[in-house]
Parts: sequence; C-alpha cells; structure tokens
Amino acid sequence: MKVKMFFAGSGGQGILAIGQMIAKAAMLEGKEVTWLPSYGPEMRGGTANCTVIVSDKPIPCPLINETDVLVAMNLPSLLKFEPLLVPNGTLFINSSIVSEKAKRGDISVIDVPANEMARELGNEKAANMVMLGAIVRKTGIVGMDTIREETRHMFSGRKEQFLPMNLAALDVYKV
Amino acid sequence: MSKVLMKGNEAFAEAAIRAGCNCYFGYPITPQNEIPEYMSHELPKAGGSFVQAESELAAVNMAYGAAAAGGRAFISTSSPGLALMQEGLGFICSTEVPLVVLNVSRGGPGVGGIQPGQADYLQVTRGGYNGDAKTPVFAPAGIQECVELIYEAFDIADKYRNPVIIFADGMMGQMMEPVELPEKKPLISAEQIRTQKPWAITGTDHHDGRNVVYSLRLQPDVLEAHVEHMFEKYAKAERELARYKTSNLDDAEIVFVAFGTMSRLCAEAVELLEAQGIKAGVIRPISLWPFPDAAFDEIGDKTKLVISTELSMGQMVFDVKAAVNGRWPVGLINRTGGVVPSSVEIAERAKKLLEEVK
Repeated sequence: MKVKMFFAGSGGQGILAIGQMIAKAAMLEGKEVTWLPSYGPEMRGGTANCTVIVSDKPIPCPLINETDVLVAMNLPSLLKFEPLLVPNGTLFINSSIVSEKAKRGDISVIDVPANEMARELGNEKAANMVMLGAIVRKTGIVGMDTIREETRHMFSGRKEQFLPMNLAALDVYKV
Repeated sequence: MSKVLMKGNEAFAEAAIRAGCNCYFGYPITPQNEIPEYMSHELPKAGGSFVQAESELAAVNMAYGAAAAGGRAFISTSSPGLALMQEGLGFICSTEVPLVVLNVSRGGPGVGGIQPGQADYLQVTRGGYNGDAKTPVFAPAGIQECVELIYEAFDIADKYRNPVIIFADGMMGQMMEPVELPEKKPLISAEQIRTQKPWAITGTDHHDGRNVVYSLRLQPDVLEAHVEHMFEKYAKAERELARYKTSNLDDAEIVFVAFGTMSRLCAEAVELLEAQGIKAGVIRPISLWPFPDAAFDEIGDKTKLVISTELSMGQMVFDVKAAVNGRWPVGLINRTGGVVPSSVEIAERAKKLLEEVK
C-alpha cells in the first residue's frame, strides 16, 4: 500500500495543517509517512501546498510525479494540479469557492462545500476540517478515531475552546 | 522509544540539544529559520545558552570563543551564510577547537534562491577558508539520519578538535518524517571541561601558566609543523570517518552516485529503470570528506556507466572521477538553482547516457 496525496490551496486555508494531521494519524497507525510543504516567501492569500505519502514500506522519495488524491481548496489549485492525478485518482474540490468543474473524465470527483458547511457550524475557518473529514471518510486512508484523537491533541491548552467546533466539522460531510 | 512526527529543522535542533549542546549562536536565513526559533525557547530550558548574533560572521566567532572556553557549541546556517562563516571556520581548524556546523543548503551563487541545492559541495569539502585545513562533512538522506549524525558530530568534533559540518538541504529542513530522538546527554560540567579539555581557556586557577588559543605562527617552520600535526589528524579521519551505503550494485548496468535528497530521487529512478528492464544501483556517500572511495570497489563487472547525480552544475563529479580512476565512464545528471529534477527525468537522462556509452 502506498498512497500519494497532494493538498493545495491558498495560505491561511489550513491546507498544510490537514496534510500534517493525516501524516501524523497514519504514523500513529504504524505507517511510514512523509510530509513535504512548498516553502517560499509565505503570505496569507498566497499559494500553499503539501505532499503527503503514506506507505507500508519505507518511502524512498518524498517528492511525487503524480498523485492518487488531490485536494483543491481554491480555483488556481484545481487548474494547476488536476493533471497531476493518476487515472482513477480522486479529486476533492472545495465547491464553496470553486465553481468550475474538473476537466478530466477518468477520475472521481468529490464536491465538498467546505466553506458553506463550516459557516453553518459557526466558523468558516473550520472549512479545512470539513474537508479533512470528507477525505478521511471517502479514502479510508486513516481511521476517523485517529483523526479525532489528533484533533483533540491539536486543539488542547489555550486552543481547547475551538475543539468542539472542529470535532463537529469533521462529521458534517456525510458519505 | 516512540516516533514523533517532526519538521526537519526542529528535529535537528532537538538532536543538538540532546547531544549536550550548551551554546548555540543563530542568525536567521531561510530555509533553516526554525532552528534558531526552536533553540531560542528550548535550549535555555535544557540549561544551555541561546544568542541571536547580529550576523553570520558574529555567530561563527561567538561559537569560536565559546568552544575555546570548552563549550559544546553549535551553529546552523544556509549556503550564503556558510560562505560568510568561512573565515571563522579556518581559524577554528587552525586553533583546534571543536564545533558542529549545520548547513541547510539552498541554491546559489550569491544570495541565490531559497529552494534546495547541493552547490555547496566544494564549499564544504574544500572549504572557503585560506590555508591547509579540512572539515569532516556528513550528508544525511533523511531526517532520522540527520538527527543521528548531528548527535554523533559533537563527539567527532571533540575527538578531532575540529569543526564538523552536517550538509542537509532545504527540502530536508522543511519536510516532516517520523523520527526517533536519541537520549538526552547531560551538559558538560566545569570540572569535566577542565579534565576532558585541558587546552580550553578556563582561567588560570586550575593549571599553571595560561592556555592560549591562537592561530598566528610567524615562524615558517613552526607553522609547517603545526599544519603537519593537523594533517596527521586528517589522515586518521580519512581512515575512520569514510561512510557510505550502497544498494543494488550487483548486476547494475548504471551506478548512480548521489547524496542527500538526490539519493532519494535516485532510489526511485532505480525502480523506474527496473520496470523498463534496466538494472541500476546507487552509491550514497554519507561522508563527503573523507570521500568514500572504497564504495567504488564494490561495483560489479556488469556496470557500464557511473553517474554523478547532483543539485549543482557538477561538483561531486570530480571526487567521483577520482574514485572511479578510469575504470568506468563517468556521466553527470544535474539540475541547479533550486530546481529538483523528478525521478522520471533522472531515469530518462540515465537511459540516454547509457545508450551513448553502449
């Protein structure tokens, strides 16, 4: 088993964070993982992306030539990275922000209105967590319980007030 | 011990703390900024001292001073920063002061860019300082190995009384991998400094006369004798510190030589070539100086081509040619400026090079 995942969006959308949470959860489940971010002159609203590889075996290279899963949190990400998907790959689109459709017919496309769903919960900032819940449910890459555990870990201490909303966000997208 | 998922730079800083580093002098430069940031809050908790220097030049000279007083000193920087530190490194070699230097490298020359590069190969293996000196250089391929090398580098630096350079790159610094951290060593005590480092400048209360840490030797014969003494240490280092790993060398038609991040891309290129019926293997130098010449004696008789694979215009290739010593043709696959080739590109270019020699 080796799954390559690519998360792309704009700075501030929490795309690096959900990639990290999947990597951490997979590690806790005994898998080999790598998490590789784009880095550069970062700013809110600029582009951000990261590559996550989850495997049963040691991972020779953290870079990818193609991806099994693509998460596009905004339109530029969809336009730029759709060609990276393998045939029969899975594309998650944040349909609250992206009105365009995927061009390819050889992939499965999952529309997740992440911003709308998070807004209904009371905080649009949790759109990434809505997306995370959808990815984990659809791909089964890690267990939902492990992701919930990692969410509790992430929102502890001073951030604990945000925990209930983020846990709820994981569950709003129903498969 | 359980694994933790850590960003490379933070794991490198933690490795230094656990190795008993008691002083770190930082100056910000991308892509290693998480190291001074991490050290600023974690090193004092471990009983060490963190200083933000005003420049790279200051950082290396502060480390020189602290290490001359017996400190277990550590500095980190990225390529152009290391260029600024070269003068200090030459002084530290000459005065035989131990120091661990981490280079999280990027593209050059000049200020260059901030994406990963390996064009510091000559800078780290030949040095940019004046005079005859050497620095052991270790190039890890991943975060775990880098942590282990940093941890060990403090002891190597102490043993040889010389700077030791760890040569990572921006990708390794920024990415995350599961890592098992080593045990925390206790900090060296003042008493231990006096007994283990009798040369250190600890004040005249404890020994007769004064200790001097000094690189000026105006008498040519005295200076020559000192340099010869340094080179006795370096000869010992050449015997003791050469390290490498090989994979798939049996039956390999193509042998890639690659270190650090490039070795990981080559490992994938080997798989791609295998799928096309071409056998390839990898020699991965872990020590860049001393260069592991012995690795090349393991190459089998099926090999038609050795390819130095680098993120530079071709710097290690000179060491590869020297180690190959005419036994096989030597090719080069490279990108530079922060561009990292895909494993597909490496495999395609390797195939072309193989056709040319066949």
